Amino acid sequence: MASNGIKDQVAIIGMGCIPFKEHWDASLDDMLIDAAQLTFDSAGVAKDDIDAFWLGTAQSAMAGITLSAPLKIEGKPVTRVENYCATGSEALRQACYAVASGAYDTAMAIGVEKVKDSGYQGLNAFPIPNDGTKRALTAAGMFALMLPAYAEKFGIDEDDVRMAAARVAEKNHYNGARNPLAQFRREMSAESICQMAAVAGRLSVFDCAGVADGAAGAIVVRAEDAHKYCENPLYVKALSFVAGTGGGIIDPEFTFTTMPECEASATEAYRQAGVTDPRTEIALAEVHDCFTITELILMEDLGFAERGTAWRQILDGNFDLDGDLPVNPDGGLKAFGHPVGASGLRMHYELWLQLRGEAPPERQITTDRTLGLVHNLGGYPGEMVSFVSILGSELG
Amino acid sequence: MRGIISYGAHVPFRRLDRSDISGFFDSGGGRGSRSVASYDEDTTSMAVEAGRSALANAAAPLASGIEDVWFTTTAPAYLDRTNATAIHAALRLARSVGASDLLGSQRSGIAALRAALRGGGTTLVVGSDIRGGWPTGADESDGGDAAAAVAVGDDADHTLIAELITTATTTAEFVDRWRVPGETRSRVWDDRFSEAQYVPLAQEAFAAALEAAELQPADIDHAIVTGLHARSVKRSPAKLGLDVVAPDLTDVVGNTGAAHPTLLLADVLDRAEPDQIIALVVLADGAEVILVRTTEAITEFGNRRPIAGQIAASGSVSYAKFLRWRGQIQPEPARRPDPTRASASAAARSTDWKFGFVGSADQTTGAIHLPPARASISGGPVDNMEPAPMADATGTVVTYTIDRLAYSPSPPIVFAVVDFDGGGRMPVELTDVDAEAVGIGDRVEMTFRRLNEADGIQNYFWKARPARFAAGAGNATPEPAEGDA
Repeated sequence: MASNGIKDQVAIIGMGCIPFKEHWDASLDDMLIDAAQLTFDSAGVAKDDIDAFWLGTAQSAMAGITLSAPLKIEGKPVTRVENYCATGSEALRQACYAVASGAYDTAMAIGVEKVKDSGYQGLNAFPIPNDGTKRALTAAGMFALMLPAYAEKFGIDEDDVRMAAARVAEKNHYNGARNPLAQFRREMSAESICQMAAVAGRLSVFDCAGVADGAAGAIVVRAEDAHKYCENPLYVKALSFVAGTGGGIIDPEFTFTTMPECEASATEAYRQAGVTDPRTEIALAEVHDCFTITELILMEDLGFAERGTAWRQILDGNFDLDGDLPVNPDGGLKAFGHPVGASGLRMHYELWLQLRGEAPPERQITTDRTLGLVHNLGGYPGEMVSFVSILGSELG
Repeated sequence: MRGIISYGAHVPFRRLDRSDISGFFDSGGGRGSRSVASYDEDTTSMAVEAGRSALANAAAPLASGIEDVWFTTTAPAYLDRTNATAIHAALRLARSVGASDLLGSQRSGIAALRAALRGGGTTLVVGSDIRGGWPTGADESDGGDAAAAVAVGDDADHTLIAELITTATTTAEFVDRWRVPGETRSRVWDDRFSEAQYVPLAQEAFAAALEAAELQPADIDHAIVTGLHARSVKRSPAKLGLDVVAPDLTDVVGNTGAAHPTLLLADVLDRAEPDQIIALVVLADGAEVILVRTTEAITEFGNRRPIAGQIAASGSVSYAKFLRWRGQIQPEPARRPDPTRASASAAARSTDWKFGFVGSADQTTGAIHLPPARASISGGPVDNMEPAPMADATGTVVTYTIDRLAYSPSPPIVFAVVDFDGGGRMPVELTDVDAEAVGIGDRVEMTFRRLNEADGIQNYFWKARPARFAAGAGNATPEPAEGDA
């Protein structure tokens, strides 16, 4: 019994991503067709070249026919997957394993979410009949619990942590302003974010991810076949996933200063990829900044910062576009927007651009490192799922 | 010998200063304050709180001895289906215990107590009411919200703190006040006509009771005279030969309708000495008189949440918020989807959790699971669990957050992570608090509330509230309260 990983067995040969925004004029079908076409074009393949499809959508539709009907995919398997906000990454993970298993030569992962047709702002989970005792707290409220807890645990002035969180938003807005696909392309200062009214704990609206419609896709093949399609593919070094017990929420030992599922999934991914010092080996990280405080805590859970130091490193600019480890150079959920089922693939799309030197010049990072990391979570502190992948531009 | 085994009451935390009404409308209002059920309380949830208090106050474990729960109110949450079943579930009474409602008229409250005292078996009588009317009306300002529970039984089975001496009743058909089902406003006939009816009815019943008991008015140590017809209540004592009557709490709580006779009885019992005679005279479509005599056991009896303490431990509510809570003003709702109705079948499967706040405890490690789970967070085999009743647990706020985005009938939601004394943690909504006054380390206790309503289904569950009464029996004193809503 072991988690063996599939390092260097599978490669990504093409990716596509449509703009994340309020697509008032595009349906779910439209977004799927457009994202699929960009993805096919990127890989230089056609629909019929793909053997199997994985579709990620959290709550915009059900079943594989959501993809096969608009694309008119005939006689092929399409699997719809859902795993909270890590849905898009889950689609990619399944496609990679399908290819690694030898079951298929080519597979597509595509994620999509149509959130703007509900008539409400924000994300609203569809109601599942229950006994009425479920928590009424929003995700913002749950993650907001981490800010004072972190300050208290490490003896840091809460205002300093709050400023560091706002600095995350400032950074991601700065990066998003340099991303033509991003929902929010306006720079915001940390000071102005700190002055906004709180909506949950000390978090303001601008500490929360943008909510957008969008879609993104990837095509994977066996690593040895990659160069048939692509000069510079990205190799899958690690795929890890941890679904928590939900115990943190009722465990008096739980501190709200770490997300154990994230730490565990990162540890597993580093093991699969053979990464021993992520801070010096990883070129860039796309992480799940659903709230600014989440990204702050993640810097420690992913091993980028010692416990109790991430806030300082954020203030020092270490994770900025020109820092030693750029985090969310595409703007992250914060500025790129968060169409739930598409976000995981969008994160990989930034690795696709950056590790291959194809990001727009104004945000292309300069590095001699070849590995990128994606972290994508779903759920809440104490009860979440967490995905980590590591992709690399070189074999070995 | 029949009599009273225990009692307990619930006076909601919030008070409306009656002068706020005239400040708002330039009319109505008055002096003093009235109690206000929170937006998350209804007559059923308040009855649960009173019932919990009565069971907790009992000198000997009482829950297993209760044979019937009678719930009475003029403001039921439901018709057709029984409201008392929720009380039965929250008190975790056995399936073999009856639960029924006596609904509609203010007289139901005192009639239920009389029937229990004259009947057999052990009965928990719970009166609970939310009183109001149209803005600026007398019923709105004079009314109050509260619940009071009295456990009645036989001295063969229980230690009685007060023994029944006798009861007497007069009944008359006349139109004094009336309310059309579904309406919030009651209407009244000419005050003087009602007075002309009520005073003789009270005299007649009181005289019959005294004659049966071979007592004189001067033998009464505590006289309670109450009813919704204020003028008659005021005039009656002199006509009954009573020099001193117990405070009727209308200046600080208001008249709590079907709950008021038992609330006043509870307040008197909080102060009563052994071997004192209490007369309860209620004017309601006639008159009801109950005479009881306290026993030595009352010296040992301690009300953990005394009425005077609950009156003192209060926070204010603005008139605007009062009108909103009562549905008299409908502000623009948050642009969020409305809550969906609780599933009847899912709720029925989790009655112990939803109504009784019973989690599960790992029998090996003791780890508490809220809600109950079959598999433990500390590992080990499935179904190695035992019930963990947590409704009476107190706890401490570990961390908290104020959520201005989440749906609430009265935003913002204040949510705290609470660590319970003796184990167990739960993120839980706080109530009867002011958001800015919440802090890490605050001590809290659990309270049964109505979270929301959808499709007419009342969704009951538990919240935490500040623990304002020191633990332990007898002469509990409330912590100083402050704050506004």
